[in-house]
Amino acid sequence: MNDGPVQVRGELLMLRKVGAYHHATLVAPGIAERTRPGQFVALAVGGPSSALSLRRAFSIYKVSPQGVYGGTVEIVFAVTGAGTAWLAAQHPHTALDVVGPLGRPFTLPRASASATLVGGGYGSAPLFGLAETLRGRGCRVDFVLGAAAQDRIFGALDARRIASTVAVTTDDGSLGTKGWVTDVLPDVMSRAGTEVVYACGPMAMLRAVSAVAAAHGVPAQCAVEESMACGIGVCMTCVLPVVGDDGVTRMVRSCVEGPVFLGDRVRWDDVGTVPPDTFGAPAANVATGASGATGATGATGGRR
Amino acid sequence: MTRFSVRTIPAPAMRDEPRYDLTTRLGALELPNPVLTASGCAAAGRELDQFFDVSALGAVVTKSILLDPRSGRPTPRMAETASGMLNSIGLQGPGIDAFLEHDLPWLHGKGARAVVSIAGGSVDEYAELAGRLRGAPGLSALEVNISCPNVADRGLVFACDPRAAASVISAVRARSAPDVPVLAKLSPDVTDIVAIARACVEAGADGLSMINTLLGMAIDTDTLRPHLGGVTGGLSGPAVKPVAVRCIWQVHAALPEVPIVGMGGVRTGLDALEMILAGASAVAVGTATFGDPSAPVRVLTELRHALVDRGLPTVADAVGYAHRPVAPP
Repeated sequence: MNDGPVQVRGELLMLRKVGAYHHATLVAPGIAERTRPGQFVALAVGGPSSALSLRRAFSIYKVSPQGVYGGTVEIVFAVTGAGTAWLAAQHPHTALDVVGPLGRPFTLPRASASATLVGGGYGSAPLFGLAETLRGRGCRVDFVLGAAAQDRIFGALDARRIASTVAVTTDDGSLGTKGWVTDVLPDVMSRAGTEVVYACGPMAMLRAVSAVAAAHGVPAQCAVEESMACGIGVCMTCVLPVVGDDGVTRMVRSCVEGPVFLGDRVRWDDVGTVPPDTFGAPAANVATGASGATGATGATGGRR
Repeated sequence: MTRFSVRTIPAPAMRDEPRYDLTTRLGALELPNPVLTASGCAAAGRELDQFFDVSALGAVVTKSILLDPRSGRPTPRMAETASGMLNSIGLQGPGIDAFLEHDLPWLHGKGARAVVSIAGGSVDEYAELAGRLRGAPGLSALEVNISCPNVADRGLVFACDPRAAASVISAVRARSAPDVPVLAKLSPDVTDIVAIARACVEAGADGLSMINTLLGMAIDTDTLRPHLGGVTGGLSGPAVKPVAVRCIWQVHAALPEVPIVGMGGVRTGLDALEMILAGASAVAVGTATFGDPSAPVRVLTELRHALVDRGLPTVADAVGYAHRPVAPP
């Protein structure tokens, strides 16, 4: 049986605005059935004669394997460039070429562990399916959602329905606590007796969440958002420095070896560079791209 | 059961398709069809095999292999441009040992024809790679990447100088089995691509692959800095196709007996046909694969229809057709 990704001709079923974001439901037969939390889909955008040649990757918010219309996949996205602007302007029944499910999913803990889920902006999207799965295993689930402002918090109602507690932070204080997710995360973890942290959001947030988890001595599973051209492992653009089981740093593809990585394995401070001790690094050519050290271009789909 | 009766219904003839012959030749190598993957756009075939049987292609051209593992360049490595993209990967790869242990045996086991792309920093490195690959099961041809733009020193791009290009090609030819074609991959970023092509052929190249990416650059207007970690990168995609067609046209006009693998912006069967009409004996699909993982087999199907529709039942009939004088009215 093929449990790998498939390429299907799907269509847009529904598109609606949610705060600053767009929530799209796609009919994508064959993908929903095999999706596990943390995986993503890659969409062709712009139509057949488009000047946009590359796929856009979106983490999967929800799947419904047996909907009225066949299997559906839901994604949440922000308009950050020409590709996402095209998608946001489409009407129901637009044909969409969908590839998925892609990437390694979140690893599930033993039954009944206490899990804390941290989402930044619409990076929270893949955490709700995970939360349902965790609850199904008898896990305690607590949410921390953070964003720049109220209209960029995604899924607070979903979170309240699923989780034991929900903490919200915004940079401007328009909702919840004014500040960052990591300002409230230590308290949440102490209260929940957190045994594993799951996070998805901007690189800077993942770095900070990984540090908090490490300080509490618990693992953090982080779904990264790197800019991708293909999503299937052939283009080699979405790499970041990750330490392997053998202690060696390699430039690994976030599309096929990720997007979920253990937080203490990603060299967050070195994202955007090739650390000199990386496997295969040029001996005397240290991080010529230091000017790119702002690192990830942020959201999945990378401002496209 | 009804399913059985469905099966007994003969398949309706989709079209009255005449006989066609898609086989093509690159020197001593015969391929069942003229559509290949382009180097650097298909890794070593495994990922694409999830979407289609890679042995259905004329050949899989691997990502360029170096002697040693290489980490590649810092991110961001990609910038999307109008009808194309810039990449600045920097030849990230596992090195020849891992390739010979894992990748080439996999391609061989799949029954795929492997055109192995090799790259190096010196003539000796290319020669050693050719020596390591000599006799390896599954090796159908070598593509010598002397034109990767993602190197720190433009002076090291062998394909920018006829003598440097020739010295690499003759060293590789000397170390390779006589029945394994050696293809030189050329850069369009030269004043006279025919001179480079001629030098490669005189040095023993059995064929030419063209084009590699064009050196390009993008600046991020938000950060006000170069977009790519490597600053400059290689431009590919539909935007470069006219450059590729021009290069193929010029070289085929000058060296009509030399087989050419055309690549650069092929997205459809008609794009592939255009390169064949210009003089290519085979065509590789590259950047299109990033947007459509089944692009290579789709292009093959579309090309077959396009040839048949035009009364060109064999690939050989079509190679260089555009060079023929137009019949007087």
